Amino acid sequence: MSIIVNKDTKVLVQGLTGKTGTFHTEQALAYHGTKMVGGVHPKKGGETWTGQVGDGTVDLPIFATVAEGKEQTGADASVIYVPPAGAGAAIIEAIDAEVPLIVCITEGIPVADMVRVKARLDKSSSRLIGPNCPGVLTPDECKIGIMPGNIFKKGSVGIVSRSGTLTYEAVFQTTNENLGQTTAVGIGGDPVKGTEFIDVLEMYLADDATKSIVMIGEIGGSAEEDAAQFLADEAKRGRRKPTVGFIAGRTAPPGRTMGHAGAVISGGKGGADDKIAAMEAAGIRVSPSPAQLGKTLVELLKG
Amino acid sequence: MNIHEYQAKALLKGFGAPVAEGVAIFSADEAAAAAGKLPGPLYVVKSQIHAGGRGKGKFKELPADAKGGVRLAHSIDDVVTHASEMLGNTLVTKQTGPHGKQVNRLYIEDGADIDRELYLSILVDRTVGRPAFVVSTEGGMDIEAVAEETPDKILTLPIDPETGVTESDAGTLCETLQLEGQARTDGMTLFPLLYKAFIEKDMSLLEVNPLIVMTDGRLRVLDAKMSFDGNALFRHDDVVALRDTTEEDAKEIEASKHDLAYVALDGNIGCMVNGAGLAMATMDIIKLYGAEPANFLDVGGGASKEKVTAAFKIITADPAVQGILVNIFGGIMRCDVIAEGVVAAVKEVGLKVPLVVRLEGTNVEKGKQIINQSGLNVIAADDLDDAAQKIVNAVKGA
Repeated sequence: MSIIVNKDTKVLVQGLTGKTGTFHTEQALAYHGTKMVGGVHPKKGGETWTGQVGDGTVDLPIFATVAEGKEQTGADASVIYVPPAGAGAAIIEAIDAEVPLIVCITEGIPVADMVRVKARLDKSSSRLIGPNCPGVLTPDECKIGIMPGNIFKKGSVGIVSRSGTLTYEAVFQTTNENLGQTTAVGIGGDPVKGTEFIDVLEMYLADDATKSIVMIGEIGGSAEEDAAQFLADEAKRGRRKPTVGFIAGRTAPPGRTMGHAGAVISGGKGGADDKIAAMEAAGIRVSPSPAQLGKTLVELLKG
Repeated sequence: MNIHEYQAKALLKGFGAPVAEGVAIFSADEAAAAAGKLPGPLYVVKSQIHAGGRGKGKFKELPADAKGGVRLAHSIDDVVTHASEMLGNTLVTKQTGPHGKQVNRLYIEDGADIDRELYLSILVDRTVGRPAFVVSTEGGMDIEAVAEETPDKILTLPIDPETGVTESDAGTLCETLQLEGQARTDGMTLFPLLYKAFIEKDMSLLEVNPLIVMTDGRLRVLDAKMSFDGNALFRHDDVVALRDTTEEDAKEIEASKHDLAYVALDGNIGCMVNGAGLAMATMDIIKLYGAEPANFLDVGGGASKEKVTAAFKIITADPAVQGILVNIFGGIMRCDVIAEGVVAAVKEVGLKVPLVVRLEGTNVEKGKQIINQSGLNVIAADDLDDAAQKIVNAVKGA
């Protein structure tokens, strides 16, 4: 099994016709034939997108609206590559079209726009992953977003992370340790986002194929502390899976935003040490180095 | 992006908030004329730097018993004396670090008769994804200290973005701040107006500390600190115009031109990494092995050759840098492409300090081959632990 996406997930692309959307859609089609079913562009409805996949080409229909695209294709997911100024509106369009899964890759969306998105999202049944994230990938089945497919291997580790490249580190290392992954989810580096650690951890705990978890956090906010508390509470109820953690930003100066809009220690809150302490108290094995995620997990599984 | 107090107050005044009359000056010659425009007889002379703690701050160049960065003056002559003492000197506060900041602007303001000092700020509460007011009766002091000592005196009130500040929200804020009579009337108007300014200008922080109740019962914004969401500046040319680049690090300004996320730090190992999380982790691991990073630098998940070159120039231009660590996880961007970028950048920029390169991910063997065959004095590393140890040793041995 896996979480969130599988071989049957049908994906629309908002922002398909741009350079980024085109490149990553071609990559997704090439990755075990992820079911990309169409694109959305308000002025190019009715046109056709042609992408290069392997030695051939693939044609996808373009729709003027998400609602139309969903109706015509039966899509149950939409991935968003729209530039920051319009990305908030693109997410809201997908929410209004009742797309069950929305994955927003775009980095740099104004926080105020995400506040509006979040208010709308809370009243809907859609799940938003991101923004400012690498997406979701279930090995050999479905790739939504920008993760490099070639480092994955079908297996038993569930990975969840606020950081793109640290997700890849975790994937790569668990592949090299021959554990493989059920799914990898990048929840994104923005302060206001659709899916938090707890949401994904709950799904991994419930997924039989997921035997262990790697959770990668960073400075800013208190989502890691909340997640640690959640895992501790679930463990008391007898639901537990071996979990390795990592927190980036132990040396970050307070008050400075470290690349990700959400990676900032403000008002004395959101520092790495508090997060690490909370995770360790919840029984998560925290790796001191991002180079040791795979090895730490192997050691933990040996018991 | 941050702006000065006097700019923040002018902006709030435009929204109708009660602020004192004041005039900003850039040289002591302007002091008398500026004070002359104010009613007197009490004036406040305030250093304009992008850092808090100004009142308790000390000027480096002045004797230890000299007054701080915010001073009361009882005559125009007093204003002039203070202005000539403060302008051009370096103010060290607990937020500036030991280097301090040069005071190039002063704000001369009409004095106020203070009855009570309150705390108010608006920020985005990320746990609920909504803007929230943070208020306390304990104003005029460091809110972190209040949070530490008397957390029950702080109220955090999230606002529903679809309704804005309701009558009931404003009432709750008044009650928490113990505002009555005229002060309450002022508060019921002020709170929605501050929220409006926060939203319309895409602020990330609006802090009024203190918000004062004057002896006549009226409310006044006595200090204002404002930060703006960098991702929203594209729709606020008026805010961008308020940017004071003398308050920013020159290397950070250069980096922002190339769309690189860069933060200058105090150490001596320059870092170039793709991805914010990995870039932070790289800094952490340098520290773990006993050295200090000179910077945070994220060249982006899909770094191009041009970006890598620009990043290299910024790192090597920093005289504090005694060694460089390049740490790349090639995902979509292949390692061989990154390696070519690094080699080209080194050839163009030159290399006077040890360079350790760690490549991992797609086409890593090809990438390593390019580095090894480049003829450059580059130390290859297998993983991040190995890379950090190698650069720390190289710098310490130098």
